[in-house]
Amino acid sequence: MRHLLSLFFAIALAVPASATDIQKVTSESGITAWLVEEHSIPIVSFDILFRGGASIEPSDKHGATYLMTGLLEEGAGQYDATEFLEATEALAARFSFDASRDLVSINATVLKENLDPSMELLRIALTEPRFDAIAFERVREQVNSVIRRAETNPQSLGGSHFRTLAFGDHPYARSLEGTLESIAALTPQDMREAHQTALTHDRIVVGVVGDITPEELAKLLDTVFAALPGSSSEIVPMTSMQAGGGIDVIYHPSPQSVAIFGHAGIMRDDPDYIAAYVMNHIMGTGFTSRLNQEIREKRGLTYGVSSFLAPYDRAGLYMGAMSSSNENIAEAIDLIRLEWAKMADNGVTNEELEAAQKYLTGSYPLRFDSNGAIASILAGLQFANLPIDYIATRNDLVNAITVEDINRVASRLVQPDKLHFVIVGQPEGIAAR
Amino acid sequence: MKASRLLLVGLLALATPVFAQQAKVTTFTLQNGMEAVVIEDHRAPVVTHMVWYRVGSADEAPGKSGIAHFLEHLMFVGTDDIPEGDFSRIIEGLGGDDNAFTSYDYTAYFQRISTEHLELMMTMEADRMRDLVLNEEAVQTERDVVLSERAQRTDSDPGSLFSEQRAAALYMNHHYGIPVIGWRHEIEQLNLTDALEFYRHYYAPNNAILVVAGDVDPHEVEALAVAHYGKLEPSDGITARARPTEPPHLSPRRLEFFDARVSNPYVIRSYLAPERNTGSQSQAAALTVLAELLGGSGLTSVLGKALQLEDPIAVSTGAFYSATSLDPDSFGVYVVPGAGVSLQEAEAKMDTVLEEFLLNGPDPAQMERIKAQIRASEIYALDDQNGLARRYGAALSIGLTIEDIANWPDELNAVTADDVMAAARDVFTLENSVTGWLMKEGTE
Repeated sequence: MRHLLSLFFAIALAVPASATDIQKVTSESGITAWLVEEHSIPIVSFDILFRGGASIEPSDKHGATYLMTGLLEEGAGQYDATEFLEATEALAARFSFDASRDLVSINATVLKENLDPSMELLRIALTEPRFDAIAFERVREQVNSVIRRAETNPQSLGGSHFRTLAFGDHPYARSLEGTLESIAALTPQDMREAHQTALTHDRIVVGVVGDITPEELAKLLDTVFAALPGSSSEIVPMTSMQAGGGIDVIYHPSPQSVAIFGHAGIMRDDPDYIAAYVMNHIMGTGFTSRLNQEIREKRGLTYGVSSFLAPYDRAGLYMGAMSSSNENIAEAIDLIRLEWAKMADNGVTNEELEAAQKYLTGSYPLRFDSNGAIASILAGLQFANLPIDYIATRNDLVNAITVEDINRVASRLVQPDKLHFVIVGQPEGIAAR
Repeated sequence: MKASRLLLVGLLALATPVFAQQAKVTTFTLQNGMEAVVIEDHRAPVVTHMVWYRVGSADEAPGKSGIAHFLEHLMFVGTDDIPEGDFSRIIEGLGGDDNAFTSYDYTAYFQRISTEHLELMMTMEADRMRDLVLNEEAVQTERDVVLSERAQRTDSDPGSLFSEQRAAALYMNHHYGIPVIGWRHEIEQLNLTDALEFYRHYYAPNNAILVVAGDVDPHEVEALAVAHYGKLEPSDGITARARPTEPPHLSPRRLEFFDARVSNPYVIRSYLAPERNTGSQSQAAALTVLAELLGGSGLTSVLGKALQLEDPIAVSTGAFYSATSLDPDSFGVYVVPGAGVSLQEAEAKMDTVLEEFLLNGPDPAQMERIKAQIRASEIYALDDQNGLARRYGAALSIGLTIEDIANWPDELNAVTADDVMAAARDVFTLENSVTGWLMKEGTE
């Protein structure tokens, strides 16, 4: 494959297209969803987010949210784990449950003909999960294997170290899955508490696309979500990158080195966010980006290098990632530093801006390529507190950006002396500092 | 794309529409032999444009492993009409995405872009089918990129290295035993001449399939295809794909792979298995259902129920089978044991589960649930333009017909418990298998 596709932070950036006639649907009990009706295929897709995520769990319950989320489909209501899965299969419903630092997310895509019984399964998973001891033990052992894998995976090792540098004592610094020790101390009762904390009706965000009317959806919203509790926990405080510039090396027995790098970034609600987004496209996303041209196309030093804005809910980072052979990583890092300095000092050219605008506006509709993708865009927009007409205006926002806007944001955002690299591998010619 | 065959494993989404609703599919063949498929999806003004070549890594000459994938990279360099480095730049400038992937059996190139640019995409793709222009410097730089790709995707991942070793042991003669990306020492030697020879031999309209999916009118697509692809000269060097075949396998093979970076040891066994063939897909359909029964869904599958619930020694279990390949492929089962459980015990228990399954046969209720999901997958497939395009491209490029693709869901739906048992008895022949243990260095 010519490019390794990377998937990150789809939520905050997701936006889009022409076919999107979005309706705001509010249920009797006051739960709101954004809906796009699409009656041409007899399926319905839901994307459901709960703000808060793993970051709001107590520090002595590290890993509880991730484990709890994995247990939602392992027994609920009258069903044990097997029965719940069998019922899901019989309806050919597709559910997935996931947790991140900022949210718990649930995707459901179901057949129209099985809409009600499928939603009943989802209702009990969200409101009546059982956390049976036997399922708890089984899924905890699975999470242990995830933690063990992260301890030997270069990307995970680098990412984890970078987060510690970036966030210090803030909950964002913790791993999502917990540690072998922290989850060994958890109990099914902790799962019940994590569930009450993480899945609350006042922090819910819902996007729906498919063969369903606003009236049907309004009723479903109450049926599925009305029994959820209100929030009792606080969303975590804002934070920003703690560490300054430097290089950390983590030894790993590998023929190549992985580099994770970055410094403080920009929040999604910053007035300059779109300018920063366009600037980063020129810097480090796509074939024509400066990083890709200099490091891969001209010199063949890597299969993949990219940079990205990482807009957490409570912090912003400007980051990048690359791998290169142990012999070449030092040269590749020097090139990244050079590009960082060039961007900070000189900004971008008119030609680069125009090309970026053409790509970003032209490719926007490509994101709307399935019901599930559109549902997650609808939920992501709400999560980022963007207006319901955002999709219609987004390309205008991108086109309104000027070279001056980008140069202003570049001189503020891009800080060569603050750039911190974490290298995992056996890099040659690099001393940690 | 190295993993593409494995990605197909166990995904019943491979099946094609015949039930409630169908994707609207139109086919035609150009005079120069290029086949075409148009899949209509009018929900958004977007098109997926793909060209598939009936050549993959398993068609490479001895000593030239990786040349199919290396050429895939080089196809983005430039042509007589497109200056070096501009191919993807032009597409990006129009808001399109482009990429490509290589498998054992095919190589495919695609763009996703606003429908209005379809004609330009055809112009560019037709141009690089016959008029690629390469130079020594571009070849050397891109070879370094490919070596980096191998370092990143294979050499840095003990599971990938293990998988290469197992495939090399499973295929004693067929090139499925050689990795798609190539062996490192052979990639290092690939050069401009190798790339151009491979290109000139295999890249021609009579060895290619056009797939267009999206908001298009099939008549307009045909007119554009005639105008842009129709003028290309066919090659007379394209012959039937005859590859080395496997001799009888007389002895089960075993291997232990140690690596310091292993975190979760596991046992995995692959058996040689028949694949879908034109007009003859029923055995592959039975094996597809067998993989679902044994390991398709965690706790409700046979291995999961036995080894994750009843005698919970495993963190994870599964079965896999890729029906869609040109030559006989593999059927596999694996167990990832929990802490404190040895691979020996895990393998013994896995074998017991398989023996019991051969005695008892499938649970009718589980069969029924799998059938329900097969039927539903045809409806869900309508929401996946890219997946539909790949389904047609992959099947046609290995010699299946449109009719085979259309019949496949029926074949899956018609599988009986007896069919599954016959297929299982046939495939579970230890002599045809490789059993591997992935272990952490310094452990027993």
